[in-house]
Amino acid sequence: MAENKNSLVKELTKGIIKENPTLVMLLGMCPTLAVTTQAMNGIGMGLATTFVLLGSNIVISALRKVIPDKVRIPAFIVIIASFVTLIGFLLEGFVPALYDSLGIYLTLITVNCIIFGRAEMFASKNGVIASAFDAIGMGIGFTIALFLMGSVREIIGAGQWMGMTIPVLHNNPMLLFIMPAGGFFTLGMIIAAVNKLSNKKPPKEISCEGCPNAEACGKAGDCQ
Amino acid sequence: MKTIMVILLSAMLTDNFVLSKFMGICPFLGVSKKLDSATGMGIAVTFVMICATVVTYPIHHGILVPNGLEYFDTVVFILVIALFVQLVENFLKKCVPSLYSSLGVYLPLITTNCAVLGVTVLNIDNGFSFGQSIINALGGGLGFMIALVIFSGVRKKLEYADIPETFKGVPATLIAASIVSVSFMGFSGLFS
Repeated sequence: MAENKNSLVKELTKGIIKENPTLVMLLGMCPTLAVTTQAMNGIGMGLATTFVLLGSNIVISALRKVIPDKVRIPAFIVIIASFVTLIGFLLEGFVPALYDSLGIYLTLITVNCIIFGRAEMFASKNGVIASAFDAIGMGIGFTIALFLMGSVREIIGAGQWMGMTIPVLHNNPMLLFIMPAGGFFTLGMIIAAVNKLSNKKPPKEISCEGCPNAEACGKAGDCQ
Repeated sequence: MKTIMVILLSAMLTDNFVLSKFMGICPFLGVSKKLDSATGMGIAVTFVMICATVVTYPIHHGILVPNGLEYFDTVVFILVIALFVQLVENFLKKCVPSLYSSLGVYLPLITTNCAVLGVTVLNIDNGFSFGQSIINALGGGLGFMIALVIFSGVRKKLEYADIPETFKGVPATLIAASIVSVSFMGFSGLFS
């Protein structure tokens, strides 16, 4: 790939809107649903994931010629898990409040399909600089999606937003929205809105692109 | 006995892994279209969850804690789970071919399933004993299966429903999942 300025900008921007990992490609549903009870948590999770994605994309693309194809899945997982451990330390040390509210979902970044998907689809085939830009773009797209989810759920479900109180809703919040059921509902509604707004047809099923399990899943008969 | 029942039932119902902890959403949305694959996946996940707990618990308390290496949990657990699934697959292929032919296809799926890594980390975080951890894994796996089986029925109905074009596919599935999740909220407060 010719790494000129134009193509780098394209790698950066595609993840934000056209190939938004959560809302268009439908990857990484677990954290999207789990931590977005507050807009702030959404941003924190998004940035933590971006950090891991950036680190793992850079290391994996740098090592792409060294890692044998047969052991690439365990190798990728170890690299990703190391960065997750690292971000865990950083958050625990500098932002303990965020560390506590993300809880176990911070560890579960390891098995986030976005990170593995990008490693498999992009970093293992492209150069270091392109992979870094791809990671930043995808990370920003993921963060925006989580922020959107968190904002909707916090405003409707708790009547506040980033520390501000929302007049009418604050006294009568719809608690359902910050409960698990509200997470599914909000994500469904946001994806429907994205479907409506985008001209080309988004995928009808959740995406298994780059998922290490897609092949086995296909054999089980359902994942498309 | 009472604590065991509380751990089992709360892992199955009140803190259902899929519907209230959002772990294992991919197989929940991807595999649960047919009843038999939902059951197969559920059994395989339960099995691997228990095995992963049996393997990771001694590693954490026997090797990592005495050496002050608890922070290696994530790296070690995920490697052990990946290795273990591979081992089980080879063992079943060689020794119990009939079981392999029915469960084998689901096994590789589980390597990066967040529910499996999640249960091992939760066992450590909650400070469960070895026995309690196994019960928690069993409950989590059964809860996963219940959610998948119920949802496969819901999705079958959804296929014949007349849904607006923008909601077809994933949005409708997610909203249906939301309604199933509301029904599981009925269990909350069961043990308070």
